[in-house]
Amino acid sequence: MKTMSTKLYLGTRKGLIEAERSATGWRITRNSFLGVQVPMLLPDARDGTLYAAVEHGHFGTKFHASLDAGASWEERACPAFPPKPEDTPDVVNFVSQQPIPWDLKKVWALEAGAAPGELWCGTLPGGLFHSLDGGASWQLVESLWNDPGRANWMGGGADWPGIHTILVDPRNRHRLLIAVSCGGVWESTDNGSSWTNIGSGIRAEYVPPEQVYDPGIQDPHRIAWSTAAPDTIWMQHHNGIFHSTDGGKNWREILNANPSNFGFAVAMHPQDPQTAWFVPGIKDELRVACDGALCVMRTRDGGQTFEPLRHGLPQEHAYHLVYRHCLDVTGDGRTLAFGSTTGSVWISENGGDSWDRLSADLPPVYCLRFG
Amino acid sequence: MPTVQFTANLASQTAAPVCQVAGATVREALNAVFTQHPTLRSYVLDDQGAIRQHVVVFVDGTAITDRQKQADAVRPDSEIFVMQALSGG
Repeated sequence: MKTMSTKLYLGTRKGLIEAERSATGWRITRNSFLGVQVPMLLPDARDGTLYAAVEHGHFGTKFHASLDAGASWEERACPAFPPKPEDTPDVVNFVSQQPIPWDLKKVWALEAGAAPGELWCGTLPGGLFHSLDGGASWQLVESLWNDPGRANWMGGGADWPGIHTILVDPRNRHRLLIAVSCGGVWESTDNGSSWTNIGSGIRAEYVPPEQVYDPGIQDPHRIAWSTAAPDTIWMQHHNGIFHSTDGGKNWREILNANPSNFGFAVAMHPQDPQTAWFVPGIKDELRVACDGALCVMRTRDGGQTFEPLRHGLPQEHAYHLVYRHCLDVTGDGRTLAFGSTTGSVWISENGGDSWDRLSADLPPVYCLRFG
Repeated sequence: MPTVQFTANLASQTAAPVCQVAGATVREALNAVFTQHPTLRSYVLDDQGAIRQHVVVFVDGTAITDRQKQADAVRPDSEIFVMQALSGG
């Protein structure tokens, strides 16, 4: 994120699509990797490199970088699991009773680390990878992969657990939080050398009563913090919205969401920790806009109240769902964008008060980021 | 020496020319190709060295059976085709 962004990058079911802000407004300008899935991308504000995970249906995931904002691309190394030692037993998914795969299924998170060129990458089936050279090489973070707690992770919407959120503390970039669906929130204070499962107070409705508050089986769909106040964190969870003011150690459930506490995406105002945005759906088993009327839900008072923002959004027969990586806000907290599984993208330049549709003709949107 | 050919759809993603390479098994022949074209490896094999789920390898018209280790034998005049399985949407 950066202030006054003029570019928006969309990772979609059929390629990477760019939009640009000109004097007359936003418009789509270019596509890359046409026809191929782009589940994750990162415009790295530190040096301007644009990274993209490109998932070929037949030939697996590849990792590309562009030094000219998407005009040309070079293939770099893709995170890969090291050979599985023969004496290492499988970690069995307790739900399916199937072994968790030991090879890359999907790149699901990508963030800039502490040092120049340092990157973190989260994947299905639950691997965290670390690069110190802009993706020229990757190392599996074995401290997390080998943690016994991983045996409790399970798939949510996907068959296998996955790391979808990586937060790098702006005050101390060796402190990391990751969120796992389904495996809760994990903290490292030593740049990934060791990990602790945190998250007291998060509640799961989908497990037996004695496990409801187990932090290791939670399904945080997405967590977000304010870069100015990273001890304040919002979580859009599978069955609710949770709020932490102590860096993720303790959470309070928010029960007054309006119109719904279900959804995937959450974004926080970069400077104002009282303000956050969500894109609600009806509920777990009904993943469409509430009452066929699409809205973005905003709180500006730390969750005391929520307001549905509807101006410019379709208010009848709208069946859009917005995935967890498909809502972003610029560094000034004014410009927001979100994209749906049915191929629409909306942009607001007034904090969500009103929206303009960039396009209704896109492929399903998997991720979206300002650059 | 066996000949190794790749689907044109793969050639559109990365260099995948027809190769004549030494090898008594599919694995040996593929490894010889990957030595010449290292980027090609991850398009055909997964992290653990198995044939990718949606890739099929034929030797003289018959799909190989050992997708994990590719121990299927090849003759000096064999033709190995690396194809994509029909899938997707």
